Amino acid sequence: MNELLKLIEKDARLTPEMLAAMLDRDAGEVRAMIDGYEKDGTIVGYNALIDWEKTGREDVTALIELKITPQRDLGFDRVAERIYNYPEVQSLYLMSGGFDLCVVIEGRTMREVALFVAEKLAPMESVISTATHFVLRKYKDKGLIMKRGDADIRSELSDGLQ
Amino acid sequence: MDYSKLLSKTVVDLKPSGIRKFFDMLSGLDDVVALTVGQPDFATPWHVRETGIISLERGYTYYTSNAGTVPLRRELSAYMKRRFGLSYDPMTEITVTVGGSEAIDLAIRAIIEPGDEVIIPEPSFVCYEPITRLCGGVPVPVATLPENDFKLTAAQLSAAITPRTKLLVLPYPNNPTGAIMTAEELLPLCDVLKNTGVAVLSDEIYSELTYGVRHTSIAALPGMAERCIVVNGFSKAYAMTGWRLGFVCAPPEITKQMLKIHQYAIMCAPTTSQLAAVEALKNGDGDIEMMRAEYDRRRKYIVEELDRIGLPCFEPKGAFYVFPYVGAFGMSSETFCERLLNEGRVAIVPGTAFGKGGEGYARISYAYSVKHITEAIERIEKFLKTL
Repeated sequence: MNELLKLIEKDARLTPEMLAAMLDRDAGEVRAMIDGYEKDGTIVGYNALIDWEKTGREDVTALIELKITPQRDLGFDRVAERIYNYPEVQSLYLMSGGFDLCVVIEGRTMREVALFVAEKLAPMESVISTATHFVLRKYKDKGLIMKRGDADIRSELSDGLQ
Repeated sequence: MDYSKLLSKTVVDLKPSGIRKFFDMLSGLDDVVALTVGQPDFATPWHVRETGIISLERGYTYYTSNAGTVPLRRELSAYMKRRFGLSYDPMTEITVTVGGSEAIDLAIRAIIEPGDEVIIPEPSFVCYEPITRLCGGVPVPVATLPENDFKLTAAQLSAAITPRTKLLVLPYPNNPTGAIMTAEELLPLCDVLKNTGVAVLSDEIYSELTYGVRHTSIAALPGMAERCIVVNGFSKAYAMTGWRLGFVCAPPEITKQMLKIHQYAIMCAPTTSQLAAVEALKNGDGDIEMMRAEYDRRRKYIVEELDRIGLPCFEPKGAFYVFPYVGAFGMSSETFCERLLNEGRVAIVPGTAFGKGGEGYARISYAYSVKHITEAIERIEKFLKTL
């Protein structure tokens, strides 16, 4: 049921009871559906989106373009698997256009990321070339704008007398 | 200066809004979770805001025609047709106003003279009575009943009409009860009105926020358009409260008179808002759907939760309020709300702030995030256990 998935995607903290009320179902039914989705991998996992900038942590994120020679029979999957198993890799996408794989890496410093590219990615035999782009600031991620808290602007403007 | 001699007696005698009193109590307290506001928590859709910004950048900073820009009135005409099956001529039957509030003011002022009676179903929004009084009119409140789900009945209407009655206010979808009136429920009212000279001020500001059933305007029912003044606006449908933009549709004879008041008192509605509103009407149907779906989910959640903790309410089908029964605890709604505020640290508005028939009830707004609503419900539940 797509409606359920859409709600969880937007806010994974809604409880089965809340979801049940919103969807006119009962909580047991919703719990069973979520279990099913978790088991079959439709729901892959749950994250919080954290603005690390606010905490003073200075990790860096980089987006790396890889050009790849596809392997016979295996295409890009084999090399993708070798890449995504590194814990440093946050995201990995197969792309259309000027390059083949887009790797998103997170590291503690630029040097750490650069070394990862130089030592791990570039030497892979099917990798033809790499281009590393560092992220300078995240304005918006996963549909959420980073700098905003959840303060209610309404109360700044009015005492609520409407 | 002797202000008592200076000031208009009519104005001085106007009662301050019952909501006002409650908000004054609220202002000194901190750590209060409020479920009081009467406006969307969504910001205006970005494409609409951007259109307003671009208009300012390009220097569209002048007055518009008194009745509003022609493109906006044409879009409004198309919108009323598309959404509610109503036909209004953009040139002679539509006036763009400063919010629905101005539209209500225009309608009442264009019609009411001293001694004229205005039938006002209550509980309802707080402005109809004072505006009637400012015109020297006589408000005739009619308390709608919980057993009728706060809908006005033909018998009640019939009993309230006198030879002095000029106007019926029809405030549906209703703030504060969340009641709506369907075509079947409106038809008996039409039968009562048909052989009278009574006009209808239909305040349809929440017309886009109905759940499970589309809003029917009384003006769309056979033979009714000639006596109807339909008030609507952008505040609730498009989350544009701060833009102050509404409109009023009425037969040319009435529009002509309302336009004179508007022209002298207001000149024109804000230009930036009018230009942004065209974008909202052209490309905003999806925004309405998105917000309605979100309100609907909260509505279902809050109704179920209130029921669970012992504040039952009838199922509201419109607006973004629930109107639970709080009369089971041996105190007035006002005392209940005061104690909930002071002891439970949750603000809701006593039903009595909305006129007759509100005793025993309270208005709870669900124009808040689910997280906020959940926190409030937990506090209310805790408070109820102390009673």
